[in-house]
Amino acid sequence: MYEIRIHCRGGEGGVTAARLIALAAFRDGRYAMAWPFYGAERRGAPVVSFVRIDDRPIRVYSQISNPDLVVVLDPTVMDVVDVYHGLKPGGIVLLNAPGAGQVPGHRTYTVDLTGIALTLNLVIAGSPVLDTSVVGAVAKLGIIAMDSAKRAVAEMFPDERNVRAAEAAYQGLVV
Amino acid sequence: MLTIATGNKAVAAAVRELHPAVIAAYPITPQTEIVEQIAAYVTSGELDSRYIPVESEHSAMAACIGASATGSRTFTATSSHGLLYMHEMVNWAAGARLPIVMANVNRAIGPGWNIWAEHTDAFQERDTGWLQVYVSTVQEAFDTTIMAFRIAEHEDVLLPVMVNLDGFLLSHSMQSLQTFAPGDFVPPLSLPHAIDTANPAGYGMLTGPGDYFRFRWEIERSMRRATAVIAGTEQEFARRFGRTYGVAEEYRYDDADVVVIAMGTLGKEAEVAVDTLRTEGVKAGSLRIRWFRPFPVLDLGGRDLVVIDRDYSFGFGGVIAGSLKAKFRADPYSVIAGLGGQEVTFDDIAGFVRDRRPGEEHWFGVDGNV
Repeated sequence: MYEIRIHCRGGEGGVTAARLIALAAFRDGRYAMAWPFYGAERRGAPVVSFVRIDDRPIRVYSQISNPDLVVVLDPTVMDVVDVYHGLKPGGIVLLNAPGAGQVPGHRTYTVDLTGIALTLNLVIAGSPVLDTSVVGAVAKLGIIAMDSAKRAVAEMFPDERNVRAAEAAYQGLVV
Repeated sequence: MLTIATGNKAVAAAVRELHPAVIAAYPITPQTEIVEQIAAYVTSGELDSRYIPVESEHSAMAACIGASATGSRTFTATSSHGLLYMHEMVNWAAGARLPIVMANVNRAIGPGWNIWAEHTDAFQERDTGWLQVYVSTVQEAFDTTIMAFRIAEHEDVLLPVMVNLDGFLLSHSMQSLQTFAPGDFVPPLSLPHAIDTANPAGYGMLTGPGDYFRFRWEIERSMRRATAVIAGTEQEFARRFGRTYGVAEEYRYDDADVVVIAMGTLGKEAEVAVDTLRTEGVKAGSLRIRWFRPFPVLDLGGRDLVVIDRDYSFGFGGVIAGSLKAKFRADPYSVIAGLGGQEVTFDDIAGFVRDRRPGEEHWFGVDGNV
């Protein structure tokens, strides 16, 4: 079972990102489950969402405490949330950041999702759209197939710029 | 069609396949997505139903009662305080023998204000004459909603059915879902006492002490017949669509010395706890109760029982544990866990089994034992 925890702020698309990754995994022919932890959060508050991927039906509903991958869509949550909490030894951190970054003790990858959204003018209600591009980055890490990622994005978002954003993140992430 | 969907969307998709004539509902967290999706189906023309957006849950059930009394298929959905607000009409629906189907997204009752999973909301409607079923996966939410209409509308039942799914844990979890058209698996509703202007009759008349008890007995008689109707519906569902769930779902049960009994998503999580315990040499199994009314006949066979109640009856105990004691003279270790969405993992459940003390009650997370 592969477990992903996504950190962001309310309104930044972490919940949708989890659903897109699960949909892509499902299109890969695997079992997947995606869900958010809904607190009293509203726009701007730290939010966490989860994805489980397995080759068997998933029966675990409790939250992910030992993720294989932590995705941080908004690095400012790292000031208030311990995003590395419980990360498995050898686990991966994927940060939305413009430059290279390194988190001591963890394999870290950075990709400029915000820059990709702004370049494509993918902005909704003043916020750059991050949830469709991040699926391409997760595909680059080998967790889901890129074809499935693009298919999932296209299924949920008719605006083709979203698929281009996923492709840009796939190309922009150096592994 | 094979896709992925939330528990809420699975319920809405099942309702779309059964095209009720009337749907009346009021949105409430975490049920909202069900009625939003149904409203979208009606707007797009995918669902040819009369959708009545009412001003309260009491009115939602009252509108369903009026529609159902004419012999129309009806559906509504609610949760927690919404369910309690319609309580008077919930009783009426069963007493008037109206086969309404309602999805209830289980959520705790305030105060303290809480929007997360608990079964106490539905259990407060336990004695109304509604059938109650609890599901644990997105597919099961779809399949059971389909079955609920056939069971409610069966001539031997003609009672309303409440399909329960855990708030957020299932309502907002996205899993794979196979949707399909049920065809004649659910035949058209033929309500024998439907209002017919060509044949006027009185409804809801004063019923004196000489007659009232007969109507109550009729409800209980139908409840007892419902057991066979549920079994037959499950069999026919399995024959046509290839899946079966039973009144209670057993997991590694037959040779188990100790059995975890739970409902909803905790019943699935318990299966993972069972696998963990088996690797330790503990002969554990689990039993996920699906149908709560009518309460199933269970063969507990002298096993140790660990019962997890995501509910409580103050001054008495866990409702499932109490039911098993009363029905089967069981002496379970009664664990109260998951109230108001309290996090309960499979490791926690395995711990309940290891530390079990038959006959005692334990409140998970509360210091000391009760």
